[in-house]
Amino acid sequence: MTPLPLVAVAGSPNAGKSALFNALTGARQKVANYPGVTVERHSGRLTLADGRPVELVDLPGAYGLDPASPDEAVTRDVLLGRQEGERRPDALIIVLDASNLDNHLRFALQLIELGLPTIAALNMVDLAKRDGLELDAEVLERELGIPVVPTVAVRRRGIAELQKALDDMLSNPRCGVHEHVKSDLILLQRRAREIATAAVVSETPVRRWTHRLDSILLHPVAGPIILALVMFVMFQAVFAWSAAPMAWIGDGIAWLSGVVTNALPPGLLRSMVVDGAIAGVGAVITFLPQILILFTFILLLEGTGYMVRAAFLMDKLMHGAGLSGRAFIPLLSSFACAVPGIMATRTIDDPKDRLTTILVAPLMTCSARLPVYTLIIAAFIPNREVGPGIGLQGLVMFGLYICGITGALLAALVLRRGVLKGGGSGFMMELPKYQLPSLKDVAIGLLTRAEIFLKRAGTIILGTTIVLWALASVPQAGPGQKQSEVSIAGHIADGIEVVVKPIGFNHDIALALLPAMAAREVAVSAIATVYSIDSPDEQASATRLQDRLRHRWPLPTALAFLAWFVFAPQCISTIAVTRRETNGWKWPLFMISYLFILAYLAAGLTYWTAVALGL
Amino acid sequence: MNAHFQPGTISLDQLAMGVKAHVASVDWASLEAGEALRLRNFGFDEGVAVEPLHLGPFGRDPIAIRVGRMTVAIRRKHALAVRVLPLTQ
Repeated sequence: MTPLPLVAVAGSPNAGKSALFNALTGARQKVANYPGVTVERHSGRLTLADGRPVELVDLPGAYGLDPASPDEAVTRDVLLGRQEGERRPDALIIVLDASNLDNHLRFALQLIELGLPTIAALNMVDLAKRDGLELDAEVLERELGIPVVPTVAVRRRGIAELQKALDDMLSNPRCGVHEHVKSDLILLQRRAREIATAAVVSETPVRRWTHRLDSILLHPVAGPIILALVMFVMFQAVFAWSAAPMAWIGDGIAWLSGVVTNALPPGLLRSMVVDGAIAGVGAVITFLPQILILFTFILLLEGTGYMVRAAFLMDKLMHGAGLSGRAFIPLLSSFACAVPGIMATRTIDDPKDRLTTILVAPLMTCSARLPVYTLIIAAFIPNREVGPGIGLQGLVMFGLYICGITGALLAALVLRRGVLKGGGSGFMMELPKYQLPSLKDVAIGLLTRAEIFLKRAGTIILGTTIVLWALASVPQAGPGQKQSEVSIAGHIADGIEVVVKPIGFNHDIALALLPAMAAREVAVSAIATVYSIDSPDEQASATRLQDRLRHRWPLPTALAFLAWFVFAPQCISTIAVTRRETNGWKWPLFMISYLFILAYLAAGLTYWTAVALGL
Repeated sequence: MNAHFQPGTISLDQLAMGVKAHVASVDWASLEAGEALRLRNFGFDEGVAVEPLHLGPFGRDPIAIRVGRMTVAIRRKHALAVRVLPLTQ
């Protein structure tokens, strides 16, 4: 079978390339990684007027063929036919920002020199017009020697004309692929400016919208306040709006395990499906609403152009910790869940900045820690006021958040001085024009993220939870024996106990730490299970669990347990997403090790201090 | 520091907000290769019109600068490498 003709969409960042790609392919796109690098490959299908299908690939945004980032290197290699896992495109669509031609034409000239059949989309002509700039596409066609179609990709305007031009081009291919002719960059830039100037029909000086908005949103005082408000709304939404859907999913999972429990005979198979697969994957899927809401905000912030402004506002502070402003949103997102946070680090250009951000993201207090914190605080911290309107319990919770943030910043600082030293293009970013994103583009982005998340839940997380279940269920306890002691997990817990005993952890905690690797909040249900197995007559309700904990755990142990969860990398999803985003096991293993060491030290220091103080 | 500065030029980080200027020279050698490439890609080049627009709220860093038709944000230390000739009103 001959492969479909491959058409690549190329252009500089902020040219509206992805919107154009979405407009041409619709929602049916495939997202994968290029082999060996953490650069996403977006591809989709397009059907020409005569019914011929064409494969369209959205190349990472680049300013030129000399790469300054891994993304740009992929773009160059694909265009030159050197990228592993990709054939050389048969034709190109160049996307140009109409109001930034002097810059974008430089890359366009380089691309035209490649000699592939090429057309250009003169995109965002509406924004250029808003800025008082009118352009002549015919002049551009003449000067560049390729068809030029004016488009507004986010509003789906000019798309039919672009398809028609693509159709014509693929029907009458002009041959003659050149090898990479390397013109002098400065000459290209000058030529680009000449063409851009020639293409301008009229230019009326107007106060630009973007500039007006920026004088408010980047104002030294108002800017940070507005950013804080935006973030506040975002977090309100992530926690408040997600409560109902999370409860529905929880109910759905409970219903499903009920159905399966009734349908299957009691035994290992039922236990594996209900206690292993459904419970484990269910615990992770419950977070889907939070992740989707968070990503809706991230996509909106990206699409409007505000995200870059947030990075601009926060850059100096982040720089203090050896990070860049770009790390702000991913780290903030990690307060909801480290998984979307780590996925959002793709906006960080510099590989070392990005890796540092990924490695410290799990230190931000994610929502999965809340059930653990809530249980322990309710059981051990007296509910009294330490000041007007300041409760001790709330204060401890706040303190745990601060510990996480401080830990993350210090870890970033150490990493940047140590293993991830040097490099860093600093902070150099284009501030794109503000625009209203199309809901369809946001929806497509959301769909791809949800798919990635669910695929992972369906594969690696499913596998791990079944393994954890097996460890806890095999061999089965005989009469008079405790399942929690005879199982493999019980024996592993014996081993863990030896290690964690010095920091005040008992056998129950050692046993709970193992299933809590799937997700932190599983620690709560694991402890509940241990205590309900040990005394099967009692119902393990949350309040009872608190009482039991109070009787069984000394206060220093409880405090050490809290300190442990501030740092411990107990989340299979985070480890899996780190492996995916760093393309290998090296960095996830590094992350697991340094976080466990930190967790051990923090829990130990807490325990020893508390014991010394006689608590 | 380089002694061959054109008279009347200042470094870009010294240029006041909203004052238009032309790039007189860029000390490419003082920048790392990747940084220099980015600045070139943003269109920094002799003769190009620049105008600082906004400052970061903390420590007046980074700086948002209009270069040609584009607005870019760079840190102060990188702006130091760009000499500009302010346009007198």
